[in-house]
Amino acid sequence: MNLDIIHIIYLFASVTFILGLKMLSNPKTARNGNILAAVGMIAAIFGTIFFHEGEVSNVIYGLIFGGIGLGTVVGWLTAKRVQMTKMPELVSLFNGMGGACAALIGLVEFHHNLDNPTNIAIILAGMIIGSVSFSGSIIAWAKLNGTLKNAIRLPKYNILNTLILIGLFVYSAYIVWSGTYSEAHLYGLFTAAILYGILFVIPIGGADMPVVISLLNSFTGLAAAFGGFLYGNQVMLTGGILVGSAGTLLTLVMCEAMNRPLFNVIFGAFGDGDTAQAAGGVSQGTIKEVGPSDLAVQMNYSNKILIVPGYGLAVAQAQHVIKELEQLLEDRGVEVAYAIHPVAGRMPGHMNVLLAESNVDYDKLKEMEDVNPEFSQTDLVLVVGANDVVNPAAKTDSTSPIYGMPILEVENAKHVVVNKRSMNAGYAGIQNELFFRDKTNMLFGDAKKVLTELVNELKALD
Amino acid sequence: MNEIIEFFTQHKDMIFIVVLMVFVGVEVIGKVPAVLHTPLMSGANAIHGVVVVGAIIVMLNSEPTNYIAMGLGFIAVFLGTLNVVGGFVVTDRMLEMFKKKK
Repeated sequence: MNLDIIHIIYLFASVTFILGLKMLSNPKTARNGNILAAVGMIAAIFGTIFFHEGEVSNVIYGLIFGGIGLGTVVGWLTAKRVQMTKMPELVSLFNGMGGACAALIGLVEFHHNLDNPTNIAIILAGMIIGSVSFSGSIIAWAKLNGTLKNAIRLPKYNILNTLILIGLFVYSAYIVWSGTYSEAHLYGLFTAAILYGILFVIPIGGADMPVVISLLNSFTGLAAAFGGFLYGNQVMLTGGILVGSAGTLLTLVMCEAMNRPLFNVIFGAFGDGDTAQAAGGVSQGTIKEVGPSDLAVQMNYSNKILIVPGYGLAVAQAQHVIKELEQLLEDRGVEVAYAIHPVAGRMPGHMNVLLAESNVDYDKLKEMEDVNPEFSQTDLVLVVGANDVVNPAAKTDSTSPIYGMPILEVENAKHVVVNKRSMNAGYAGIQNELFFRDKTNMLFGDAKKVLTELVNELKALD
Repeated sequence: MNEIIEFFTQHKDMIFIVVLMVFVGVEVIGKVPAVLHTPLMSGANAIHGVVVVGAIIVMLNSEPTNYIAMGLGFIAVFLGTLNVVGGFVVTDRMLEMFKKKK
């Protein structure tokens, strides 16, 4: 009887996952979709505990509820307290935790299935994928929050990584077929998988991290699905495969938005020695600076201003100041809107979330295809902490590493003002000729500080 | 060859689920606007936290004297819950911001 009820609960949970994901892809229903999936998850978790057949000691119940309780408190507080700018790395961190969970399940279950080669194969597969996802996510997290600054590349890292990957396959196949199910092999494989996760992510540049996180996200889904296969547990299977396939598609969609094939993200890298040199030779000219007071006057007399936000805005926490600027300008009859590149920030949609936080009107956030024809009728474009997404080299310079990436065509506007902290190259590590154009003025400084000065200057104009 | 057919027959229900779910996953997020990529990834991230169910099963099946299994299982339950709760809450926070307008 108990076992029958659990199947109904699992079916319910699977349906909530599918509907939840479906609703998450529409702005109107997204929030409810998330809550729906959460309800299904709670049902699946508690159903598993309460409808379990067989004797279970109180110590174990204590430990299960202890683990859930602790995880809930820590997870809840972390998620509630994190600054919105830090979200991408948090998603990566949570993803890593899921991967670690899958890996640990494999480590424990290995000993219980020594007589069943099929199960051993499933366990090893889940354990390897989980471990790769875990260590890879931790590296991605460290890269996004700045702990790990640069892409670290061992010599011949592509060949090395491929060899390790093949090694992992061969080693696990050997363990399964030879029937040598020893601790030493299990932990050897575990260590190798962790190492592969690190080496897999570490050479990839920060600009590609969203794609990597999305990919690792689908890995963890796959690891969960292997767990489902092992236990004949439908909800783990449906949830895991659903995320595995949706995550893979999402990864490809993101790659498409950046015009970077997945293969290049993983095996090629931005800012190699060669490309950096090639880009360094282009467009060294003079730059012109503008101060907040002059810019305030110029903005005051503009009819239409477009703001292009980038990661620099997020880092400087300038989303509230920029809203204030928008308000002031609109009070003076200036038309203001935001031009959002699909991959502005560190994750697609990152800028939308950030600007929504500071109450910017949803209608004012314009997507790239819609806004590109508008630049030619725009008096002034204010680029705040964005670089690669406005680099004209993507259209003109076939040697540029970002050649072919769709960009915001800000160079068509009458005037361009770029706020950056310094002349350092952007995330892709390449120079931007836009900064040297005649119509471009540079506004150096921390986005929040400079924009606050700009707002004060505007107020003083009355 | 026989082994493959045997494997398929033994696990046919699950293999059906896997294959159909692959298509569902692709269909479900077919036309997602770029704005929602981050929340969608974060929501999917929370859903694969279902792996915690496996960790709970490990615990339920473990002998109360097997301290290593219990220790690892406890950590697995903790980490899995962290993935689920953190994932859903952070997604909700992102989406809350979209809703606030007007």
